[in-house]
Amino acid sequence: MAASDELGAITKAFSGFGVDEKSLISILGKWHPEQRQTFRKGTRDFFIQDERKFERWDDRHVIQLQHEFLRFKHAIVLWTMHQWERDARLLKEALYKGPQHNVLIEVACTRSSEELLGARRAYHSLFDHSVEEDVAFGIHGPERKLLVALVSSYRYEGPKVNEETAKSEAKFLSGAIKGAAGNKNLIENDEVVRILVTRSKLHLISVYKHYKEISGNNLDEDLEGDLYLQETVQCLCKPQAYFSKVLDASMRPNVDEIKKEAVTRIIVTRADVDMKQIKEEYNHKYGVSLPNKIEDVANGNYRDFLLTLVARGY
Amino acid sequence: MAREYLKIWGRLLESIFRHFIRFIARCAEISKANVMICAKYIFAGWGTNEALIIQILAHRNAAQRKLIRETYAATYGEDLLKDLDSELSSDFQRAVLLWTLDPCERDAYLANEATKRLTASNWVIMEIACTRSSHDLFLLRKAYHARYKRSLEEDVSYHTTGDFRKLLVPLVSALRYEGDEVNMMLAKSEAKILHEKICDKAYNHDELVRILTTRSKSQINATLNQYNNQFGNAINKDLKADPEDDYLTLLRATIKCLTCPEKYFEKTLRLAINKLGTDERALTRVVVTQAEVNMQRIKEEYHKRNSVPLARAIAGDTSGDYEKMLLALIGHEEA
Repeated sequence: MAASDELGAITKAFSGFGVDEKSLISILGKWHPEQRQTFRKGTRDFFIQDERKFERWDDRHVIQLQHEFLRFKHAIVLWTMHQWERDARLLKEALYKGPQHNVLIEVACTRSSEELLGARRAYHSLFDHSVEEDVAFGIHGPERKLLVALVSSYRYEGPKVNEETAKSEAKFLSGAIKGAAGNKNLIENDEVVRILVTRSKLHLISVYKHYKEISGNNLDEDLEGDLYLQETVQCLCKPQAYFSKVLDASMRPNVDEIKKEAVTRIIVTRADVDMKQIKEEYNHKYGVSLPNKIEDVANGNYRDFLLTLVARGY
Repeated sequence: MAREYLKIWGRLLESIFRHFIRFIARCAEISKANVMICAKYIFAGWGTNEALIIQILAHRNAAQRKLIRETYAATYGEDLLKDLDSELSSDFQRAVLLWTLDPCERDAYLANEATKRLTASNWVIMEIACTRSSHDLFLLRKAYHARYKRSLEEDVSYHTTGDFRKLLVPLVSALRYEGDEVNMMLAKSEAKILHEKICDKAYNHDELVRILTTRSKSQINATLNQYNNQFGNAINKDLKADPEDDYLTLLRATIKCLTCPEKYFEKTLRLAINKLGTDERALTRVVVTQAEVNMQRIKEEYHKRNSVPLARAIAGDTSGDYEKMLLALIGHEEA
């Protein structure tokens, strides 16, 4: 391999998601000290020139490298866990690392009623508290009621939907959204929260449909003014579109670590559920297939593991 | 002519006897001889024999009653409850009906009924939500899905408003941690928060509702003890500000249910019995739902508070088959 190609390969091996273990072993392992020095001098991103005349690793990059090396381990551990423990740990992490409201909403709204209940019980075992206790205690501000209610929900999952009620609730939402007109108070509207938090998913899909007929717009588009309500509706009514959107946002260049973690989380938690549909949505929206995108941005074992999960055909 | 009819009728009755005896013996595992004696009385009159129903059903536990229902349905192709329904009358009927349901179905039935009627209904929802274990509350929510094709929280939130909704919906949705671990620091700080809100008369404050609807029962108990230690009064005393305020009354009852349910049930029974013309719905509800759970302690509380045994109070206030059913249920553990 030409020297410049090797430099390029090693740079890529240290960038993106995960690390390219093979290249690091085969190329970096055989480099002499002079070659390694060329590498250090050549890559301004990773190394800075120290005043005492040596090239020093940039601290931020070392920290980032730690995350990248551990990404594969994290994915494997998460994948091997029982689904309930996984969701319970995701909820706990979302509370103390942030809090990350989007993760709380995602877990609470995209799991089935039984799965969410299992996660709540696992939470008891793992953390000696109920999840609603911790969410109520850790979240302040007007979104608390919404989030506590979302993690406590046990929605009806059968096919029966009362179309009359769905129509009238869609009408009500249309009125409430027009009345709030961009200010944040919509989340404090008890009736709006009641509808989103207690109704079954099929019922809400029907409300979504009626809303479109009444107002001409999609419900989640009209909720642009309130991020939490918008995410709630998206997770409940069109989860695959939501997931493909989050995946795309996480795989852009130069995003922070918290956003990057979404890739592992989504792929591991959806691989057994609706990965096929997520792939279709992704392709449809962004014009590139999800496996290709992963090939592009991820490296080494982590990449291979993700591709295996994504290819499973569920 | 008449003799012929009697012979035919006699043979018919005999064969019905035999079928019935086999059925009862199969599902209740009592000796055939015993059942024979009981069964003879069933067809003594033209209608059903309430005494036998009490005798057969009142002293069976939940698993046995379930088995009886299933065997009845398999044998006769009818729901035992429907058949009883058409034969029995009002209070007695309601007691038998409720008793025969599975505990979780019964709770679902009562909760659903409570979302349909007016004010008293908030009490029933609160009572069920606070006095059942987390596991039983979950079973009830599941039974509710199956029976009513909606979730319990949907119906409760749809049929309640304002402060009542704010309190009741989280109460029915909670899956409280059930361990004994208590965090004393937290208990102290949350006692302070409760006191603050009460002093401000902010009885529906988010923080107050949060503490009561999410913390485990042991944690709440510790918090309320701290409240008493730090501020000199039990919390319910400080919540007596306005006797006309329904919400405050419900709040006090919620706290009682969470910390000392036997006292709550004793009071409910006392009020139901002493009320001008007995509140049968409340009486039936408490006796039927607590018979297999906590009746011994409730009877002790009742005796302590009222100086008469519960059995005597019930006998003094009710009559007929209804009275006999209730007495059989509260004596259930001794049967």
